[in-house]
Amino acid sequence: MTAAGASGRGAGRRRHRPSSAWGLGLLGLAGLMAAVELAPRAGLVQRRYLPPFSTMVSSLADQAGTGAFWRALLDTLRGWATGLAIALAAGVVLGIAIGGVPLLRAALASTIEFLRPIPSVALIPLAVLLYGTGARSTLLLVVYASFWQVLVQVLYGVRDVDPVARETARSYRFRTLTRVRTVIWPTALPYVMTGFRLGAAVALILEITGELVIGSPGLGERIAVAQTSGAVDAMYALVIVVGLIGVAVNLLARATERRVLRWHPSVRREAVA
Amino acid sequence: MSALGLLRRAALLLAVPALLVAAWWLLTAGSTDFFWPPLSQILGAFDDTWFHGRFTRDVLPSVGRLLAGYLLALVIGVGLGTAIGSVRTLRALLEPVLEFFRAIPPPVLVPILMLFAGIGTGMKILVIVSGCVWPVLLNTVEGVRALDEVLGDTARCYRMRPHSRYVHLVLRGASPQIAAGARQALSIGIILMVISEMFAAGDGVGFTIVQFQRGFAIPQMWTGIILLGLIGVVLSLLFQLVESWALRWYTGLRGSEREG
Repeated sequence: MTAAGASGRGAGRRRHRPSSAWGLGLLGLAGLMAAVELAPRAGLVQRRYLPPFSTMVSSLADQAGTGAFWRALLDTLRGWATGLAIALAAGVVLGIAIGGVPLLRAALASTIEFLRPIPSVALIPLAVLLYGTGARSTLLLVVYASFWQVLVQVLYGVRDVDPVARETARSYRFRTLTRVRTVIWPTALPYVMTGFRLGAAVALILEITGELVIGSPGLGERIAVAQTSGAVDAMYALVIVVGLIGVAVNLLARATERRVLRWHPSVRREAVA
Repeated sequence: MSALGLLRRAALLLAVPALLVAAWWLLTAGSTDFFWPPLSQILGAFDDTWFHGRFTRDVLPSVGRLLAGYLLALVIGVGLGTAIGSVRTLRALLEPVLEFFRAIPPPVLVPILMLFAGIGTGMKILVIVSGCVWPVLLNTVEGVRALDEVLGDTARCYRMRPHSRYVHLVLRGASPQIAAGARQALSIGIILMVISEMFAAGDGVGFTIVQFQRGFAIPQMWTGIILLGLIGVVLSLLFQLVESWALRWYTGLRGSEREG
């Protein structure tokens, strides 16, 4: 609840950003690249620990020419999207079902609070035993981790339904499906989107973790291979790619949130301000 | 009413967990499946596995590293975050860089930091710090940025000293956001604690569980999973206690706003 409340508060106050901020941001990025380029060349860091930036880029260019790189990228993205979709669907359906029945909600609260903080990496050994090192092991981790993010947000959302609207719907004897569609869903949607945003980031973390530790196919596995074979340039190049995917996932999630909620007062207020 | 109400609450709290455990117990009672040993066998192995030496040898070092890294990340994150959040130019300069570092899935840092720091305790703490620091840092920046301007001007009018301004205005005002970041950081920290030990270690919970799994010591592996779950739950309960104590002014404020 703190996260949703606090982020909502921050978003409402976003001030008009001067265009010079973009320039400064680019300058900051350029500074980082220059530092990574110069530090190893000047001998501040050993090259086998941190190769110059240009070396990482050329290694990335080499890899981009191979089919294996693109297959790994595709594997990672597919695993992430599949896991997130399953978690989202399950979280929304179960969240609305549980949230709609107060008794069920109260009875399950302690179980959810207990299962949620269980670190999903605890399931790694189990996943390996059940599914081996295939993509399914990683999928299990991804779904488990992002499911809770979605479920908890949906539960908050369903609880937030305006009592007057709920009573009105009951007076008019709305059918369950109509009630879900017209009363619960619009209220819960901002929370669902928060869950989607959080879940998307967590799903990527677990996807890469699974590949890295379990060895299911994907960019994480290639990082592990590069590390054990001492290909430091390639390892850094892959880490940069993974970071860029992370940035893209964050931007995509935020853009989706804004698009889906463009009718919502919080987004509209922001656009006017 | 109160006694009955209490009973009702206790029933609601415990009914489903009790049912689940009972179901697990019954479903696996006569289990001969290698991967799903009977729960009685798992619980029987729990004491032998963890409380005869392993607790001080593996569990405490793990949790110690986690707490050391986490607290260090909090201090660094809040310190840098308040600095970056207060200076607009610095914020604009660093924002894209910070966004990039936050977007890197933290476990990827394990192989990189192994290059620098080997596979010792230092590496593991470093991994935890470098993973936990971003949510704290970025949330602090956001919290400081969203501070009420009127409060800032008021503090200036009253000529509050920089130190008390920092403690009473900046840290206080940003603390709900900082807490949100710290909560995210805690779950990342637990993940990293386990991952860094699975990668390379001679002790720790993560290391031990992987050893069990590779040695096909299945009941012992299950106890490890349960233990990790318990660590996660206990830490999150502790966090909630500290949070509700530190933010009691904030929850009170929100409550009265909602009523009013």
